[in-house]
Amino acid sequence: MGAEPLKRTWKVQVWRRFIIGFVALYLIVPLYSMFDFSTKPFGLQDKGRNLRAWRIIPSQPDLGIAILRSLITAGIVMLLILFMVVPTVIWVQLKLPKLRRPLELLCLLPLAIPAIVIVVGIAPLYRWISINLTESPITLSGVYSMLVLPYTYRSLSAALDAVDIHTLAEAAQTLGASTFRMISGVIMPTIRTGIINGSFIAIALVLGEFTISNILNFKTFQVVIAQIGRSSGSVAVSVSLASILFVLVLLLLVPAHKRREEVLDVDLA
Amino acid sequence: MQLVDLTKHFGKVKALDGLTLDIAQGELVALLGPSGCGKTTALRSLAGLQELDRGQMIVDGKDVTFQNANKRGMGMVFQAYSLFPHLTAGENVEYGLKLRAHKASADKRKHRSTELLEIVGLSTHRNHYPHQLSGGQQQRIALARALAISPKVLLLDEPLSALDAKVRTQLREEIRRIQLELGTTTLFVTHDQEEALSIADRVGVMRNGQLEQIAVPSELYDRPSTAFVAEFVGLTNPIQGKVSAGSIDILGGSLKVLPGSITSGTGIALVRPESIQVESNKSGEARIFSASFLGASCRLMITLSDGTRITAQMPSSESVGLVAGASVNVSVLDLPVFVKAVT
Repeated sequence: MGAEPLKRTWKVQVWRRFIIGFVALYLIVPLYSMFDFSTKPFGLQDKGRNLRAWRIIPSQPDLGIAILRSLITAGIVMLLILFMVVPTVIWVQLKLPKLRRPLELLCLLPLAIPAIVIVVGIAPLYRWISINLTESPITLSGVYSMLVLPYTYRSLSAALDAVDIHTLAEAAQTLGASTFRMISGVIMPTIRTGIINGSFIAIALVLGEFTISNILNFKTFQVVIAQIGRSSGSVAVSVSLASILFVLVLLLLVPAHKRREEVLDVDLA
Repeated sequence: MQLVDLTKHFGKVKALDGLTLDIAQGELVALLGPSGCGKTTALRSLAGLQELDRGQMIVDGKDVTFQNANKRGMGMVFQAYSLFPHLTAGENVEYGLKLRAHKASADKRKHRSTELLEIVGLSTHRNHYPHQLSGGQQQRIALARALAISPKVLLLDEPLSALDAKVRTQLREEIRRIQLELGTTTLFVTHDQEEALSIADRVGVMRNGQLEQIAVPSELYDRPSTAFVAEFVGLTNPIQGKVSAGSIDILGGSLKVLPGSITSGTGIALVRPESIQVESNKSGEARIFSASFLGASCRLMITLSDGTRITAQMPSSESVGLVAGASVNVSVLDLPVFVKAVT
């Protein structure tokens, strides 16, 4: 009798390991292949494996400035999310529930429209910006903050649905909070994880975006990588791998940050 | 505190229909009624969370009708758990104090929150987060948080309905104790009549957005002024009889009718189960259909000679020998009853 659940756990264990192993392979093999390729002999003069492709990354023209630009753009996108998208989504959820569906639809649109179509649509706008305002690629943060909407909206609305924000909002109000303090001091900290997740996905997306910036002729990180790739494949691959690892570290920071806090809770208790 | 002619429509539904209510300083008034009767709407409009179509609300002589919720100084405890999940119990209690115009110093805030946590019996839980607290504990902290700002009126919106029965009874008595200790004027909304009758100074029964009757619990129970109140609060046996000269003849007795009842013709008396007297008698015409033992009391279902079935309730000590199938004599205590028209 007692053996039955035991056996089931055993089977579950095996399955679990198998699936985790499979997914790990799926994710790690391409990364390893990239690393493998980047350390291959560079030409006839090279003998055996070396890290030359990695060593010459810093000397690539445009690369440093492109990374900086992309990071600044990502930062601006994050601020736009924090100060425009988050309050809007909260406001709609709290006060204008009728607008929830239209807002969701609107936020999902960038997923449905191919990037190339978006580019064609916004090219005249960016031409005007380039001529009259500035040629800086940082202006791309505008179109990027629209592109990231499907992802940020999803994670925000999931976080908002998980708690009874109406009651929390009303409780804060009866205790004397203004609408601003209620949103910034109660609702936003409550859905903090959703905001952080949404922002990090947004950063990853901005750092990886190629189509739009390339066609609009802005030298962002990915565009420069593609340029390097045209002259030296292994350098381009090593830069890509470095950027993937960088974003991976960023994404891993989120759950780690959360875990630490949970442990803290228990300590306090 | 005065509520005058509060009216609110939701589409075609009248949630409040000219509700008028006075509450004295330090009084605990419970609003009782079936769901959709407007009791929560009344409470929410008093808190400033609901706009009214018409009406006036006066608290401490000041008209607060158009004041924002965050300026009203009402403490509210909600039906759903409403503690801020990112703050500890202590920080939750201090939240309202931090927002006051004359911001209290950190020391004073801590002192006040400690005081309130002690009152609700959770001083050792100051550093716990809401997810580490049970439902009952969360509602106690919510109560402490609402009381921390020394509210003009404490508003309780079914704060116990999410809790299990035992915690509910315990906490409602605690709410009453704290309310009496602090002397806070309190409006308590509930659909649980036992809750309302047991802790309120006065109970108002609401129906269709109006107050049907407001009275001290015993009067509400013994002298209902409408059929709805009689039937909603406690159990009643509808027994038909002839009404004349302010009395109704039922079960071999003549009972005075309460004001508001019909005054002549055939009516239905609404008789409390504990007013029904049952006597064991082998030649009696009524029979006990079933008997249920409820601990301190015993409830009998009795079939009368004409086939109608009534319920009687008595202390268990008096129910010896009254078992299912026994023949009995049934009479009724000489207490005034409410009589409604036959429909």
